[in-house]
Amino acid sequence: GCFVFKPRTKKRRLSEKTAHDFGSTSENSEDIELRFVTCQSLWNQIKSETEQIQEDLNKQLLDNLVSFLSRSHSDFQEKTTEWTCRMKFREIPTAALVLGVNVTDHDLTFRGLSDVLQDNVTPYVALLEAKDCPGIKHLMQKLMGQLMNCDIVVDSLEDEDCVQASQNKIRCSMPSLISWYESVTKKTDSETPRKKRNSSSRHWQSPPVVVIFKDMESFTTKVLQDFIVISSQHIHELPLVLIFGIATSPMIIHRLLPHSVSSLLCIELFQSLSCKEHLATIIDKLLLTTRFPFKLGEKVLQVLINIFLYHDFSVQNFIKGFQLCIVEHFFSQPLSVLCCHLVDIKKRVYSLSNDQCENIRRLPSFRSYVEKQESGKQIELLTNDSFLKEETEKLLEDLHVYHENYVSILRCLHVFTSSLPKYPLGKQIRELHCACLENRVWETEEYESSLQLARMLNKTDLVTMLQQCVEILMSSSGKKFDKTVGKLKEFLTQFQNLEEASQERDVSVSSQKELQKKTDLYHLQKTLLEMKESRRSKKLTKFEMLRFEVVDYIDTLVRKYLVPADNRTLHEILYFNTATILRGHLNAAPRTALHTALNNPHWYLKNQALKCDGGGISNKAPDICIVYKLHLECGRLINLVDWLEAFSTVVMAAEEPNGDAVSSDQVDDVIHARFIRAVSELELLGFIKPSKQKTDHVARLTWGGC
Amino acid sequence: MPNLEHPAYPAADLLRLESLVPCRESQVSMLLSIFGERQQFSFPSIFIYGHTSSGKTYVMQTLLTTLQLPHVFVNCVEYFTSRLLLEEILLQLQSCSSGTEQSSPVHCDTLNDFVRLFKQAVTSQELQDQTLYIVLDRAEQLREMEANILPAFLRLQELTDRNVTVILLSEIVWELFRPNVGCFEPFTMYFPDYSIGHLQKILSQNHPPEYSADFYAAYINILLGVFYMVCRDLKELRHLAALNFAKYCEPVVSGEANERDTRKLWKNIEPHLKKAMQTVYLREISSSQWERLQHDGGEPGQLKGLSAHTHVELPYYSKFLLIAAYLASYNPVRTDKRFFLKHHGKIRKTNFMKKHEKTSNHLLGPKPFPLDRLLAILYSIVDNRVAPTANIFSQVSVYLLFYLLLVSG
Repeated sequence: GCFVFKPRTKKRRLSEKTAHDFGSTSENSEDIELRFVTCQSLWNQIKSETEQIQEDLNKQLLDNLVSFLSRSHSDFQEKTTEWTCRMKFREIPTAALVLGVNVTDHDLTFRGLSDVLQDNVTPYVALLEAKDCPGIKHLMQKLMGQLMNCDIVVDSLEDEDCVQASQNKIRCSMPSLISWYESVTKKTDSETPRKKRNSSSRHWQSPPVVVIFKDMESFTTKVLQDFIVISSQHIHELPLVLIFGIATSPMIIHRLLPHSVSSLLCIELFQSLSCKEHLATIIDKLLLTTRFPFKLGEKVLQVLINIFLYHDFSVQNFIKGFQLCIVEHFFSQPLSVLCCHLVDIKKRVYSLSNDQCENIRRLPSFRSYVEKQESGKQIELLTNDSFLKEETEKLLEDLHVYHENYVSILRCLHVFTSSLPKYPLGKQIRELHCACLENRVWETEEYESSLQLARMLNKTDLVTMLQQCVEILMSSSGKKFDKTVGKLKEFLTQFQNLEEASQERDVSVSSQKELQKKTDLYHLQKTLLEMKESRRSKKLTKFEMLRFEVVDYIDTLVRKYLVPADNRTLHEILYFNTATILRGHLNAAPRTALHTALNNPHWYLKNQALKCDGGGISNKAPDICIVYKLHLECGRLINLVDWLEAFSTVVMAAEEPNGDAVSSDQVDDVIHARFIRAVSELELLGFIKPSKQKTDHVARLTWGGC
Repeated sequence: MPNLEHPAYPAADLLRLESLVPCRESQVSMLLSIFGERQQFSFPSIFIYGHTSSGKTYVMQTLLTTLQLPHVFVNCVEYFTSRLLLEEILLQLQSCSSGTEQSSPVHCDTLNDFVRLFKQAVTSQELQDQTLYIVLDRAEQLREMEANILPAFLRLQELTDRNVTVILLSEIVWELFRPNVGCFEPFTMYFPDYSIGHLQKILSQNHPPEYSADFYAAYINILLGVFYMVCRDLKELRHLAALNFAKYCEPVVSGEANERDTRKLWKNIEPHLKKAMQTVYLREISSSQWERLQHDGGEPGQLKGLSAHTHVELPYYSKFLLIAAYLASYNPVRTDKRFFLKHHGKIRKTNFMKKHEKTSNHLLGPKPFPLDRLLAILYSIVDNRVAPTANIFSQVSVYLLFYLLLVSG
């Protein structure tokens, strides 16, 4: 079997990645330094942007939590004398924080949370993780260590030595924690007025002590129970607040804690934003914007989204993948030096070297562009560098404009498609985006059916959608949509007029009906039939005409602006589209790789001698490969003696030409040793394990290669 | 009702004690007669057991403090190692006898040290002429400590040769404590559960100052009528009483009914209490949320309890992974070929299921399965081809963390 445990985030290595590392390969080393700098600045922009987004999204949750914390102990302090408070059992205020299964994102949330708490509520925040707390003793140690450390940070100037002395030998029990708390709060009271003002503005008089359990599910029941029981006995002296980080569902609280313990808690539920919404915002702010010149191609985006939806729901991993795309793009594409903001393009284009110009000429999209030009211009483009640069600048500007228009029109189309029944083009804008990038969207069946559905929209929906579209287009930076906006507004006024007209007509219809009221049954039937007939053959109403017109107009917009990026000239410069590299990095298949390495060592070692034909076992392969191949032929239990025999036969095959079939014992010893080593290597890799059923056998843990 | 009488203690103290421990008079008088007079040696160890909130801790504490007997009170859950426990006893001993707060740090790692330090502490203070009581609450924790701790506490009097009595409080019976090798048998004493009458009496004792005792007693009567079936925990009942009293008073405050209008009041409060039983009592919603609801007059239905949030959003493959784990844990291995292979050949229907398999597998619970089988089932139940990537393996480890899957063997 093969488990994969994700590595814990290590201390950030201060690797000064230089431009030198960046372009160590010689073949595409043009403008390396500039590329590196561009890449760095772009990533920094994106990073700060994502952090901002994260902060905004968590704001609601954090605000709720802060107000909960402020409520939790303040109301008790106000009215201690009141009868109800005296009678009531004092529960520990607890926030159950449901964060979803994307564990990798939790760290960031908790970091934000503890920052906010330390800024606004209390300096005493402790973050506990299950792996640090196998027993109550460790938990207390960890807790006290964190709390007292944070105290040192707060007033490090005053009495460092005193705190340090007490830290040497401290009793890990609640009373020492309480006495510490008392001393600390007393100290802040008797501080100098200047400092007091400072601290009291941020924290309250007796700030609560917040203990955060990062991964509630992984804590053992006993540790949690003991801790809660102990702290509930001291809640009067130590204003404790617990925060449970829950990944699955809040039911886990009842499963972990018996009623006698959960009755000591006053649990309130908080739910963080769903990760899908988070991703939608990230895509909206990072990809569907003109702020960043770098763009993702369809396949790459699909890989990233698939990893998100199919595997981990982790927004952090998505952003990491995005970062990888940026680095890979700037690293592998020499022309990515032109992947910059519009203002810099001119300068950069004109400083391109001769080689870079050749690179441009080699781009497939540029070649097809050249082919479409007339012959005179073709020669110019292929021979004259300065002409090429002019042309390139123009084309790049076109590409930027294209993207800008693309985003606006995409949003407009999304307004329409997202309200259609069954969502033929997807509910989320990311699905629509992928569909549009993939190929000409108007040639797909889904687009056809969504247009059909759009032709059946009712008026109010249509009007609101048009209004939304107008808003989107107005807010887009370009001025190219003036005409479009005008047209849409015209539609809107037409709808307005239609309404008035129809009202008038309604009156006439109703009067007509009243005339018919007095006829007998036969006549009534007749007139009804006539009306039905007329309705069927009736020409389209004005509204229907207008609706067709609107839909057709949207269709022309789509055809004009939502051309896939692959069709644009020079798209290789701005769009990153090598999905295979990304997939290899992000969605690795360790087991397959292992099997390939052991089964076909030539794949990795590239040694001609190892190149084997068919299923034969070459004796030149490394020992472990031979042993592995032999073990594939066995059943669940492998006899070690037989295995050794087979191994020695294979290895000896090389020495057979030498003559002696029965070799001396010494050689056998060496082979034996090699065999044992190979077998233990296999055991280390998790393919076999010693079996208890038969002592001279080992058990296979896998079924063949997948 | 036996009045507490003991020649050694002043009558006023005894009277006050009696008022403080309602419904436990017989136990208290029993304890007093065991204790004897201040200077008399008492039984070396007393073991008191009874259900949760049958007043063990409370009675001991009130008894010792009202009569001003020298004592040390330690909760064994709180002092989770023997070292912490022993040091805490010594610390309390220092402070209770000398009265000053100059508790110097003590270091006591073993019981041997403890006996030595204990003798010192007792001789240094004027405690020789009085019995010292050491109360160990939640004594069942002692069993988890070193093997010598419990037997030594039971015969501490003999070991230290001082006038000391150790009282163990626990919720479980003595038989579960007794070590294999035997030990000194303590005097065992049982605190029975409070009956409904006792609960009524105790709860009505603390009525709020604004309202008469009768009014509050009527309220307690209604409360017990609803909750007695599910909860006999005095602490919990008192908490619930305090939480819901405001609602009970509502008609009186608004003037719709007077204090004697019990029927009207009952009609008002009864559905409310029933709702409380389903929500607050189970900690589905917290008591502060409940109070806020009451205050705003909202319906409890608006607030979803903890159990309402059972929905867990999972990535696509994770769902299938859990389904595969479910299938692997309940289906016998033999059936895999039939269920998950396209061309599995014919299987005779008659003896396909063995006899013992006819009983529902769900009654037997999930069975362990190898990881490879889980993955093989996963690959066969997902429609499109699944690459065995690191991401899928890491999902398995994530579910181990969530306790949705467990490593066996």
